[in-house]
Amino acid sequence: MEKDNQGILWEVFIQVKAGRPFKHVGSLHAYDKEMAMQSARDLFTRRNEGNGIWLVMADDIVSSQSVDDEAFFDPSNDKVYRHPTFYKVPDGVKHI
Amino acid sequence: MNQSLYEYCLRLGDTPLILSQRIGEYCSKAPHLEEDLAITNVGLDLLGQAENFLTYAASIHGTLSADELAFKRKEKDFRSFHLVEVPNIDFAYVLVRQFFIDVYHNLFYTSLCNSKDITIAGISKKSIKEVRYHLQRSQDWIIRLGQGTEESNLRIQYAIDELWMYIDELFHDNEIDNKMTQVGFGVSNNALKSNWLNMVTSTLNDAGLSTPENIPYTLQYGKDGFHTEYMGYLLAEMQHLPLLYPDAKW
Repeated sequence: MEKDNQGILWEVFIQVKAGRPFKHVGSLHAYDKEMAMQSARDLFTRRNEGNGIWLVMADDIVSSQSVDDEAFFDPSNDKVYRHPTFYKVPDGVKHI
Repeated sequence: MNQSLYEYCLRLGDTPLILSQRIGEYCSKAPHLEEDLAITNVGLDLLGQAENFLTYAASIHGTLSADELAFKRKEKDFRSFHLVEVPNIDFAYVLVRQFFIDVYHNLFYTSLCNSKDITIAGISKKSIKEVRYHLQRSQDWIIRLGQGTEESNLRIQYAIDELWMYIDELFHDNEIDNKMTQVGFGVSNNALKSNWLNMVTSTLNDAGLSTPENIPYTLQYGKDGFHTEYMGYLLAEMQHLPLLYPDAKW
């Protein structure tokens, strides 16, 4: 197979507006930060999707491994007391 | 009808129109996916600018629409610069052509924002935001490829040297330019030349590329209706569908 020469893989996060969290929207290839930022702008924000962009090199992301799933995530399944579901949420509280 | 203003608006519309057509041809041919989307986005911005100016020209004319101006005029009625008619020979040509026009557009629209014609001023203010970004992109590429490999430097320099013969046309003023400048509607192209040269030379220096000597224009000007040998083929493709199926809708 031909060697992949598309550059570094970057993960793109977009913020819809100031104060809101950055959300993962996709990935792209670029050779450096500047090019990655320009491509992210052209690929992901042309239709008013947001006004903040974060870029992270995919290699720098530490990710959980799917082989660990059972040991990692299952034990939280049966511990309902870890969720604040026994409280009544007052009317008018948003973003919960 | 104000004939000079109409003519002037055709010029303002035709250069972005023809360049957007060239960029449209390049769709799916850029070196990688991200660049393909980015360069076609630039083309769409330019098409928007062309539409705005041609819509205004059509309103001055009174009986023609912007679509008719774009798709039913003949070659000699177009007012575009020769530089934007040059084919997409390779990525270096596409990029250098874009960089030269981006620098020109930045200077030109910045001045044209002060036009006493409020429609021209309005379109210029909207367009300047777009071309500022176009320039940032093309300038980065010039530096990147100039400083890249021996091969990339060679090919960018080759495109610069080949396209340089079209530069002097950008700064030519004729009767209509002078008239429009005098009434405060237009801008003198000649007045932009030294800034253009400074900006281009400084980027080329940063990129490790050399700026060619000035080449006096020997061709008849695009704004007078004279075009390169490439123009007829470009129009044939651009106008093919509307001429074959007039007023087709989809």
